[in-house]
Amino acid sequence: MWADALLLQLGYNATLVTLGAALLGMAAGVAGTFLFLRKRALVSDAISHATLPGVGLAFVVMVALGGDGRALPGLLLGAALSAALGLLCVQWLTARTRLGEDAAIGAVLSVFFGLGVVILTVIQTMNTGRQAGLEGFLLGSTAGMLRGDAILLAASAALVLALVVLLRRPLTLAAFDPGYAQATGWSLARVDLAMMGVVLVVTVVGLKVVGLILIVALLIVPAVTARFWTERADRVVWIAGAVGGVSGYVGAALSAVAPALPTGPIIVLVGFGLFLASLLFSPGRGVLASVLMHRRYQRRVHMRQGLLALAQGQPIFEALTRRLLHRAGLILPDGVATAEGQAAAAKALLDETRWSIVRRDQSFAVAASRYDGLTPIEDVLTQDQLRAVDARIDAPQVVA
Amino acid sequence: MMGAEFVALSLPPILIGICVAVACALPGNFLLLRRQALIGDAISHVVLPGIVVAFLVTGAVATGPMLIGAAGAAIAAVVVIDVIRRLGRIESGAAMGVVFTAMFAAGVLLLERSDTSNVHLDVEHALFGNLESLIWLDATGWASLLDPAALAGLPVELPRMALALLVVALFLFVFWRPLAMSTFDEGFARGMGLRTGPLGLALVVVSAIAAVAAFDAVGSIIVIAMFICPAAAARMMTNRLGRQVAWSAGFAALSAIVGYVLAGYGPLWVGASASVSAAGMIATVSGLILALAAIAGPHRKAVQ
Repeated sequence: MWADALLLQLGYNATLVTLGAALLGMAAGVAGTFLFLRKRALVSDAISHATLPGVGLAFVVMVALGGDGRALPGLLLGAALSAALGLLCVQWLTARTRLGEDAAIGAVLSVFFGLGVVILTVIQTMNTGRQAGLEGFLLGSTAGMLRGDAILLAASAALVLALVVLLRRPLTLAAFDPGYAQATGWSLARVDLAMMGVVLVVTVVGLKVVGLILIVALLIVPAVTARFWTERADRVVWIAGAVGGVSGYVGAALSAVAPALPTGPIIVLVGFGLFLASLLFSPGRGVLASVLMHRRYQRRVHMRQGLLALAQGQPIFEALTRRLLHRAGLILPDGVATAEGQAAAAKALLDETRWSIVRRDQSFAVAASRYDGLTPIEDVLTQDQLRAVDARIDAPQVVA
Repeated sequence: MMGAEFVALSLPPILIGICVAVACALPGNFLLLRRQALIGDAISHVVLPGIVVAFLVTGAVATGPMLIGAAGAAIAAVVVIDVIRRLGRIESGAAMGVVFTAMFAAGVLLLERSDTSNVHLDVEHALFGNLESLIWLDATGWASLLDPAALAGLPVELPRMALALLVVALFLFVFWRPLAMSTFDEGFARGMGLRTGPLGLALVVVSAIAAVAAFDAVGSIIVIAMFICPAAAARMMTNRLGRQVAWSAGFAALSAIVGYVLAGYGPLWVGASASVSAAGMIATVSGLILALAAIAGPHRKAVQ
């Protein structure tokens, strides 16, 4: 059953929804990256919560005009209008009053959401009897979606993705280097506006799939996940798109198997799983990689200090140092150096002596700045320089 | 409107609403000034999995375990956000967004997967609350306020919320000076020997206590709105911390009263029969107050 879902064997509508969710996830991942890099990730939370009154009012208006209150295009239009109003409120509160952006976001999201709930309770008392379904906008529900709605969803998701791809150059520029973007003639305010516009469209298209409470996760999680895998601007964007696409695809497919469960949480948890895997296992920034790097460093320090102690004839008591030296065949179990051990120790002492001369001499300042107690000096100086240094090592002197 | 029916049906919800609003608004002032306003948002989302897990463990909708579960989830979230922020070197807003959405999603799925059909526990209740249902059946009129037998029948949310309010107010009263100092000038506070780290954590924990207690009674919308809106509106009214806190408490109480009355009686005035969501209306009123303050408050402009 699950395999069927992942291979798109559950019928035409479910396939459309799954592909639409994948496209939406990609668009959200890419758009979210720009938002994340501009440090405005949570603005999308205000935008998404601000859609609720628009959805409710659109329903009321469509019923009042004698139409079907559940027509998806009308509901999404209402959502877009009130989301834009919410976004304007955030911008206005941030720019014109002393409130910070975080307070503006929180105020807008809670007040618009509260108003939306009031409108929903009004709808429940209307005698249309067909209000069921608006709750699906809270947490997403793709089960039993109409053919037309599924086509609308997949098509608009594809359009959003195309829009993001089209706008990627100015958005990338503004996200990574705002100063340079301005200097080359882009207006930051306009680029930001375009970014918010894209986020708004993603949010509105995602309402039915992910739901307004959790759509913020689809924008943030892929970007944060991608950040673990690369330091390069263009790659963050594409990796985030891929992570978002996989989350949308797998989540929507799984949700087709379990129609009773809301779709949004499933998609979000798939994305969170990818994030968790990246946090733990990504090379470079991941937890595992950091632990391994720390261990490797620790071993090098212990080896070096152990060899220096051997060279100076001091006994070694530290257990890890003894174990490391013994395993490398440099000391016997009783702590006495082997022939190789004596050679390695002499080499370490020579290295340290050369370093101490280099670090005392101003003319070697650049080389000396690379001293960390671990790097062999041969990696830093040329053979000629080493010979010059060696000439200055104090020769044994006869005590008179 | 002010008769026996009012005492039984409207007085307890209004009082609970006031307690919730003020208990959230008081710490909200400090969160706002510390640029941590969205902590309330995060806490109110992560409370859901905590409550669901507590329900699954105990198998009953009991208040004690649920409060513990919710508080545990809130504290776990704060810790996890911090861990992710440090390990991944990620900006705190994004780390928060990752954690609270994932925990909320997990809570929703747990809730939908488990059999809660015979108990009053669902996602919408968690979001919207049900302030209107907290009625006082034993009341027969204003005289019941002096009748111990009738008072015993008050909804349990009222004393619990009053206690939460007391805890919050007491915390702010005792730690007023250190809190103010570390909020406005953390470096100075540290120089004076204050331990600002534990103090900041204590503020978050006290906020979580208020949020969790309120969540149970009124749902998460009011909680988020009351953490931010009254304090934000009060910020536009004055430059002094003490007055700001007082203004915010006043705004919070006003939102609760006006919001509840509008929700309960407003539809009747315009000729409709049923009432609308009180939680949503209280949040809306607090937003209107904030809008008025942002348009006309004497200190609305940013200080240059």
